[in-house]
Amino acid sequence: MLKLSRYVLYDILRSKIVIAYTIFLFAVSLSMFQMEENSSKAMLSLLNIVLIVLPLVSLVFTTIHYYNSYEFIELMSSQPMSRTRILLSEYAGVAISLLSAFLIGVGIPVLLLAPNDIGFALLFSGVCLTLVFTSIAFFAAVIARDKARGIGFALLLWFYFALIYDSLVLLILFSFSDYPLEKITLLLSALNPIDLGRIFIMLKMDVSALMGYTGALYKDFFGSGTGILFTTGIMLLWIIVPLWLAVRKFRKKDL
Amino acid sequence: MKCLISVLLFFAATTCFANTIIVGKGKAISSLKLAIKTSKNGDTILLNAGTYKEGTIIIDKSIHLIGVNTPILDGENKNEILTVTGKNIFISGIHFANAGYSSMNDYAGLKIIDATNIKVEKNIFSNTSFAIHISNSTHCTISNNSIKGTSKSEHSSGNGIHLWKCSQMLIENNTIQGHRDGIYFEFVSHSTIRKNWSEKNIRYGLHFMFSSDNSYLSNTFRNNGAGVAVMYSKKVIMLRNHFDQNWGASAYGILLKDITDSRIQYNTFFKNTIAIHMEGSSRIQVEKNIFKENGWGIKVQSSCDDNNFRFNNFYGNSFDLATNGTMMLNYFSNNYWDKYEGYDINKDGTGDIPFHPVSMYSMIVEQNPHALLLMRSFTISLLDKAEKAIPGLTPENLVDNYPKMKPNKL
Repeated sequence: MLKLSRYVLYDILRSKIVIAYTIFLFAVSLSMFQMEENSSKAMLSLLNIVLIVLPLVSLVFTTIHYYNSYEFIELMSSQPMSRTRILLSEYAGVAISLLSAFLIGVGIPVLLLAPNDIGFALLFSGVCLTLVFTSIAFFAAVIARDKARGIGFALLLWFYFALIYDSLVLLILFSFSDYPLEKITLLLSALNPIDLGRIFIMLKMDVSALMGYTGALYKDFFGSGTGILFTTGIMLLWIIVPLWLAVRKFRKKDL
Repeated sequence: MKCLISVLLFFAATTCFANTIIVGKGKAISSLKLAIKTSKNGDTILLNAGTYKEGTIIIDKSIHLIGVNTPILDGENKNEILTVTGKNIFISGIHFANAGYSSMNDYAGLKIIDATNIKVEKNIFSNTSFAIHISNSTHCTISNNSIKGTSKSEHSSGNGIHLWKCSQMLIENNTIQGHRDGIYFEFVSHSTIRKNWSEKNIRYGLHFMFSSDNSYLSNTFRNNGAGVAVMYSKKVIMLRNHFDQNWGASAYGILLKDITDSRIQYNTFFKNTIAIHMEGSSRIQVEKNIFKENGWGIKVQSSCDDNNFRFNNFYGNSFDLATNGTMMLNYFSNNYWDKYEGYDINKDGTGDIPFHPVSMYSMIVEQNPHALLLMRSFTISLLDKAEKAIPGLTPENLVDNYPKMKPNKL
């Protein structure tokens, strides 16, 4: 399995897209810190990168990679090797390359220039989101038969998680504003990994506002030990479940 | 020779008119009550170190009571410790401990009633339900005292420095902790409160009502249960104060209710849930303040009018400004907003396009507080951008026409 992952990694590095992505992240992060005089504003811009660009790149890159290495996967399937292992090593290879791109591109500037609570929360969310969306992309790619459909499906998922979902939440909040919504909003936030990551960072960034009226409730929940366990647990579920579904589908798939 | 005679005469005079009575273990007088009884106006009582449990002690003569090596007056959790009335009284260097609590009477460590020209300096108050309680007095100085309450619930504790119906007072350099309200004023006028440090009080760090013509200078109010609340007063001057970390569901840096003709200048607001909350207030000059990392910088209810917000700096607040309606009769100009994205072609330091500090999202949160969970979401920033382009919900005339490109120098 390790050997296979190594080949996948080598293949990804040869295509140089990941290297370009790393350089892009690194340049953007550095220039954010250079441009703004206080690091909190730079963090805010980085937050948008982590919440928007990271999922998008993870999704698109993973699906494209899957279809490009389709022949390789077919070849491997003809070898005495379980399909679960093939897909998992593909996942490991892609996830490791994207993670290292993120950790080098954003991690190093953040650790050097803003090594505080917000910085660590940002890195944690970034790592989780990369893994989650790589996993979701594998699911999308395994389900769809041809490349165009797969990428389209992945983009649609990104669109849903990054944009539509929050609008729906806002709609629900306004339609049912006469009811006690505290528990529902907590549940709603768990159903979208981007929201979960955002709230995790927000807890460090907007502490003052969250200490207010309703915010205190979320602060008490997410800020406590159980809240952190909850966030980590849900993120893990978001990584494992789509991957497990993808593996299940892939094992029975007619290649 | 002449000089020597005058010195001798001076000493003779002091010994004639003002005695010094020493109270302490092994001295002629070992009870403070007895010492006060035998003293005359102008005398000085030196209280030696030790613990004195004498119930409620009353001073009604013009004497100086000076503690040597901080003697302790203990109220044994059932008495008021010292009651002072009259004029020209000086109290210093005494540790007041364990005043009683009653729901009928306001027992205090030191109560001053109907007095003028009282000086209270360098005392320590611990576990006194009200520490210093002053009523119907004028020209008093309360300085360099250290006051520490044992925090209980709001209704079973008293205020640190409590003033009722006073004028011409000076409250200076005191530190107050763990009381209900750190400093409490009602019907107090022409007084100065400066360089005090009020923190971790159960309710307000500073609380005043019906107290006009007072100045609050260089005080620090930190981490109080509900911050600072000021109500129903005129001509209040607040300069160079620090309002820090007043966090909570209803915690404010300052809550202004029905305050008029006042000045709030050169203050620093750092990490408060709401730095300034304004209600029914008019003609206040809010200038040259720093608002940093607050939840809300300023919340102006639409019941406020004619207030001027100028030359303030806003950095890293979750919301710079919020309001509850579309009516806005206040003026904003020359502030620095870190969220301003305009340009400055003629390089005069002032942005060329006006800035609308109230965002669409802050209006949404005002209407539906649960929407706080969507803060910093991409959808929300899209909504904000759309609203910026075509304003519909946000008050149109709430605008800073001269936003600064760089922070104001303060």
